[in-house]
Amino acid sequence: MTKGRPESLSVEVEQRPVVLTIEDLTHFFDNLRAVGNFSLTLRKGELVGLIGPNGAGKTTVFNLITGVYRATEGRIQYNGTELIGLPSHEVIQMGIARTFQNIRLFSNLTVLDNVRIAYHPHAGYNLLDAILRRGRYYKREARLTERAQEFLAIFGLEERQNDIAGSLPYGLQRRLEIARALATRPHLLLLDEPAAGMNPQEIDQLMELIHFIRDKFDLTILLVEHRMRLVMNICEWITVMDFGEVIARGTPDEVRNDPKVIEAYLGRQASVQ
Amino acid sequence: MSKRLSQRLRGPNATFLIATLLFFVVVQALLSFGLLNNFWRGIIFWGVAITIVSLGLNLIYGFNGQFSLGQYGFYAIGAYASADVTYRFMRSDNSALIVVIGGSVITLLLMWGLSALLRRFYGVSTISAFVFNLLATIIGFGCAVVILVPALNAPISALLAVLPSGLAQQIVFFFALLGGAALAGIVSFLFGMPGLELGSDYFGIATLGFTIIIKVLLDNTDTILPFPEMKGARGMVGIPQWTTWPWVFFSFMLVVLVMRNVLHSSTGRTIVAVREDERAAELVGIDTAQSKLLAFVLGSVFAGLAGGIRAHDLAFLHPQSFNFIQSFNPLIIVVFGGLGSMTGTIFAGFTWILLLEGVLRLYLPAGFETWRFVVYPLLLIMMMLLRPEGLLGQYEIAFLRAKLPTLNRKLTTPAPTAEEVTA
Repeated sequence: MTKGRPESLSVEVEQRPVVLTIEDLTHFFDNLRAVGNFSLTLRKGELVGLIGPNGAGKTTVFNLITGVYRATEGRIQYNGTELIGLPSHEVIQMGIARTFQNIRLFSNLTVLDNVRIAYHPHAGYNLLDAILRRGRYYKREARLTERAQEFLAIFGLEERQNDIAGSLPYGLQRRLEIARALATRPHLLLLDEPAAGMNPQEIDQLMELIHFIRDKFDLTILLVEHRMRLVMNICEWITVMDFGEVIARGTPDEVRNDPKVIEAYLGRQASVQ
Repeated sequence: MSKRLSQRLRGPNATFLIATLLFFVVVQALLSFGLLNNFWRGIIFWGVAITIVSLGLNLIYGFNGQFSLGQYGFYAIGAYASADVTYRFMRSDNSALIVVIGGSVITLLLMWGLSALLRRFYGVSTISAFVFNLLATIIGFGCAVVILVPALNAPISALLAVLPSGLAQQIVFFFALLGGAALAGIVSFLFGMPGLELGSDYFGIATLGFTIIIKVLLDNTDTILPFPEMKGARGMVGIPQWTTWPWVFFSFMLVVLVMRNVLHSSTGRTIVAVREDERAAELVGIDTAQSKLLAFVLGSVFAGLAGGIRAHDLAFLHPQSFNFIQSFNPLIIVVFGGLGSMTGTIFAGFTWILLLEGVLRLYLPAGFETWRFVVYPLLLIMMMLLRPEGLLGQYEIAFLRAKLPTLNRKLTTPAPTAEEVTA
């Protein structure tokens, strides 16, 4: 039995290869323990939710995985490689991508440039080629642009490629952020509250999108979310955090009926429809 | 190949090429026929030099978002280093040439090897990397002084003596400019590596300190530093006046082209991404430290080059012209022209010098120049209130603008069938 997984999962699921292992992760901000003994194991192709009340430490876990903070204790392994201590850009280049709770686009740049920037490590030409404008620069730059346009087309943004990213409506900005994250060619995608600020109709579209990209790009997805409708509908299983610790794990149905979860997260009187 | 060349020479490129060539020829003609006196010649050359410094600063501040007040420090390094090379050459001593060029080459090779080596290690801190690079610099220039100078001074002097004196002069001048720029680049690399970690505002204060340190060092070149010919606070005289309009013009064109080509590349987009949102750039897999360092070093190389040009036009260098008050000049130009606009910087740089140093000095009563420091801040305040994005905002002329890619029809319309292709 691997650490950091619910017991109720099918045998078939448990035979898939492990992608991400987090073991006994602890992180302190000065004396405040933001995350304590957090464990989580993701297998290939899973779509897992991480939920919990405000300040439970969900985003901190994301920041620890992506190297924004350096964990005080514990281990984070991605495909067998230790991530703690690696700078963010190296973690991303290993195949982990993330989005942000509050959208962080390069908002004064065009939609296309947002994606092209994320594609930079795969540009295939160096600065000297660019300064001397060698043939390679033109060829690779054209290919890079074409790739970026393909990404935009997948997300229905190709018509807006030359618009300024900050001028897009909110829902499209979310889409662009996901497109930009996918342009880094990830295998593991971390989505930080993708449905924040969305109306029910936009959430429906988002759910479709998440399913679509998981199949299209063969992704493993970890999702932090507040909106119960999204989490309960699309996640295969859920980890619930409170005060930096895991208080429950299981399928949406198990979590929904777990008295600890109802008490800690949803409040004593609440019920989930 | 020829097809691509002809394609490149169409549209905005052709217009730009013709316009700049015309500008070059007109100024050259005016200078040759003596229609521009030495005062105006100096103003134009100065205008170009300060525009080059400002372009470098715009790359650092306007495009990369790192606030720097240190560009005059690098300008000073370029000026003094290249002046020393030619000064000594005029007195049949090529040691400065060998140290600046040889030392830079060895240092750059060592740094290159070092970066390949350090990449293999896991979790090397910035400070350790800095110390290693500092050692590489000391070793590089130490080797040049201890080994290269005794070995090469005589043969190189003999070689340059064989060449016609005009040609030898131009060759030495070329290497002097190159050496000044390279030295400014190496110093900025060493300074920027730990400095850029500080983040924009603190980095600005650090660069201010850097400018002051350089000024103090220049005041003491004959006492603390072993360069008696620089004469410390009395000012360096006896620099040959070798800067000619072709040198000025082609240096300027080189800077504009390199900067444009960098900015329109994938690397250039990462530079702008760092300005937009450093954390987001880091989290789409961009090495932001590298990106910031690149912009800073490139901008400082430009400043060093401009320093060499200015030194050989003025033929006199004084530490006072590189103090930190002066270092606000390029900042004002960049803010006036528009952060993130090359066109704006070029426009503002020329206007600034032509207007304030040229026209106002000539046509306004004597003593007015002391009022400039009242006029500058007033202009800046008005600018900030009325047009905070700068005169030209982010506008670029067509030649300097990144081409917006056209819609990829393949993606929006279905691919043509076999019959359509053959028909």
